[in-house]
Amino acid sequence: MPLTTQPITINVGPQHPSTHGVFRMRVTFDGEEVIDVEPIFGYLHRGSEKLAESRTYTQVVTLTDRLDYVASMTNNMSYILSVEQLAGIEPTPRGVWLRMIAAELQRIASHLVATGFFLQDLGALGTPLIFTMREREQILELFERLCGARITNSYMRPGGVFMDAPDDFWPALDRFLSDMPHHVDEYEGLISGNEIVAARCDGVAVVDSQTLIDASVTGPMLRASGVDWDLRHRQPYEYYNRVKFNRPLATASDNYARYMVRIHEIRESLGIIRQCIEQIEPGPVRPETVPALIRPPVGDSYVGTECPKGELGFYLVSDGGVAPYRCKVRAPSFINLTLLREMLIGDKLADMFVTFGSIDINMGEVDR
Amino acid sequence: MPSTAAFQIPGEDLAAQIEAISPDSVTASGDTEVWMVPGRLPEVMAGLKTAGFEMLIGVTGVDYVGYFEVVYHLLSLSQNRRAVIKVRCGEGRVDPAVPSIMEIWRGAELQEREVYDLMGIRFEGRDEMKRIFLWEGFEGHPHRKDFL
Repeated sequence: MPLTTQPITINVGPQHPSTHGVFRMRVTFDGEEVIDVEPIFGYLHRGSEKLAESRTYTQVVTLTDRLDYVASMTNNMSYILSVEQLAGIEPTPRGVWLRMIAAELQRIASHLVATGFFLQDLGALGTPLIFTMREREQILELFERLCGARITNSYMRPGGVFMDAPDDFWPALDRFLSDMPHHVDEYEGLISGNEIVAARCDGVAVVDSQTLIDASVTGPMLRASGVDWDLRHRQPYEYYNRVKFNRPLATASDNYARYMVRIHEIRESLGIIRQCIEQIEPGPVRPETVPALIRPPVGDSYVGTECPKGELGFYLVSDGGVAPYRCKVRAPSFINLTLLREMLIGDKLADMFVTFGSIDINMGEVDR
Repeated sequence: MPSTAAFQIPGEDLAAQIEAISPDSVTASGDTEVWMVPGRLPEVMAGLKTAGFEMLIGVTGVDYVGYFEVVYHLLSLSQNRRAVIKVRCGEGRVDPAVPSIMEIWRGAELQEREVYDLMGIRFEGRDEMKRIFLWEGFEGHPHRKDFL
């Protein structure tokens, strides 16, 4: 007698530990193979863009912290650059260097979270996550010295940052920079050559670069498919044209390639921070001429920056008032999910969350 | 500090490029942006994609009270340029709509749904036009200026 199977639909999330927040999917399985996926968004929608319309340009910085809450500094930077372009504010050099140091530290922290949870999704419960969280904790402590806050930093202001780094920040940063390469070696020793990781991740959820570009996917996901596109290099903002760094690429475009790109980017970020420390000079951290209430001229601005998850951009429209008329967030986490359905279909149930983890999304940014 | 505006294609150049693809479709051009008629959108976007703008960076809806505007941000990876195209959805506030460009860029799928959900601008020519962040049955579109 031939064995017949019947498709079964399972609801995953929003309250599920592997959905990295409150993401929900309606997944149809044939046996243990995924045959259809319907992503359902909106469980963390707070209307950040609407809230921004009733706050002054400086107050909106606090809202950007809460978008991608494991990468607040890079969110701050993207928003501030858009405001500076809109209002024509020229930042001070020391302010720019401090912003770059903060942003690169944040990139490391975000990639550590991505790597830890990726391994957690693979089934390596505990150890890798504890390891990466241990180093992320050091970065959060650095942020605490820098601005008093650990997660929701609100460190940056139009024209620079709100306060200079205290004296004890620099030795702590040096210690972190000398320790971190060994920790990255440690992760690589545990994960990169691991046979089980390779067997589970090699060739899973492969997407070709043309499809990724067509679907507006940016960031490590795009670079893992061999496309050399890093905004810090191709369209430099801040002082990224004064530092040298490599752009880690992979060509396999599978789950393993996406992991490898992130690990190598951590090493490059450490190099960027070292160059920032060499080049930073004493001076004011923001110009005194920036008014408390910024009134940019009527117009609009868009600046895209390379954030840990991809291109984060703020499209701001000014009507000449003290609050943005429209503040649109181009959220990489949200747009990178466009291909989720194609990536999951045909894979096994156990690989579903691994693929999901390799995209590296943050629900605060997806739903806004 | 290097200016990211340097990677923006000037409005005049972009207007000339669009006019070559579809004559009389540009209504106005600014320093960095071009306004065009909604009806020609799929034709022009397909032409620009062939001309090197491989990626659709963003789709944004803006409520200017008298009319709605949809802003498209395009990016060319090969030429390292950005382009801004703006479309006005006619006069008034009743049922604004523009043609969908999902056939041209897969990346428009979620973004057009977001604009529909929060701004209430319909995208014609695609089958699925349902809310994305808010639940089915929610009344109104929160990002409109008259919502709150």
